[in-house]
Amino acid sequence: MTDTWSVAGRTFTSRLIVGTGKYKDFEQNAAAVAASGAEIVTVAVRRVNVSDPAAPMLTDYIDPKKITYLPNTAGCFNADDAIRTLRLAREAGGWDLVKLEVLGEAKTLYPNMRETLEATEVLAKEGFLPMVYCVDDPIAAKQLEDAGAVAVMPLGAPIGSGLGIQNRVTIRLIVEGASVPVLVDAGVGTASDAAVAMELGCDGVLMNTAIAEAKDPIRMARAMRQAVEAGRDAYLAGRMGLRKYADPSSPLAGLI
Amino acid sequence: MAIKIMLNGEQRQVREGSVADLVASLGLDVKKVAVERNRVIVPRSTLAEVALAEGDALEIVHFVGGGC
Repeated sequence: MTDTWSVAGRTFTSRLIVGTGKYKDFEQNAAAVAASGAEIVTVAVRRVNVSDPAAPMLTDYIDPKKITYLPNTAGCFNADDAIRTLRLAREAGGWDLVKLEVLGEAKTLYPNMRETLEATEVLAKEGFLPMVYCVDDPIAAKQLEDAGAVAVMPLGAPIGSGLGIQNRVTIRLIVEGASVPVLVDAGVGTASDAAVAMELGCDGVLMNTAIAEAKDPIRMARAMRQAVEAGRDAYLAGRMGLRKYADPSSPLAGLI
Repeated sequence: MAIKIMLNGEQRQVREGSVADLVASLGLDVKKVAVERNRVIVPRSTLAEVALAEGDALEIVHFVGGGC
């Protein structure tokens, strides 16, 4: 049986969501998305360059009919800007599954949870299906869920830091308490970090910089796909228990 | 007649007409952009019916690469 996951009634096979920022060019970006196997990409909403309307667009390289575009509010520092951005995104793309993030400060890009919660409530009332970037706090995650978040996306470490999952305990607590999908968003630096997120029972992982800033982004995209699959399999397989001391794998009986 | 509007944060002189006329005059594909006029979304289906007025503030956006 294929292992799938669903968010707001939409079902996906790939548990890896990738960003589309920081790439050398659109070709490299599209190749990395293909290598990652991702079915969802995050995109930003920005003013069109009215002085160069013929400039190439993301949609020319990554087909929104084949890959789900997840509009993201990266760069928004208050609820109002984030809500406006997503209303525009819904009009531009015609879908209501969105990723909300309301940032608190440029230095850490930590979420401002008060504004995030407020924006989640407004968006849910307007019929949006918000997947929400949040702190790795099980109480905050629950509050977002109650406010209408269709998925919670705790950070593993600051956005773009590549530090890996800093607090496995809180990520696991969120997974155990949530009745919506949990995806680690931000902080993954290399393949083992993605595997850790999946071994903790997360439904998926979102990353951008770890792939885009690798020396070979396409190879790293493939590594991330494999790591997410391996971590998921390990989680489903159920890992062995931990012991303090050694336990030999070969039988003791019949020793010469 | 020309009117003054704010377009993506910059003041611009444009010809009187609808929002759809403006989008077309900029050479943009109406299917790939979204328009906000005075902080209110202009649905794509009504772009041709909404007339521009002096002092309007318009935002025309599209999707670009972005991550977290």
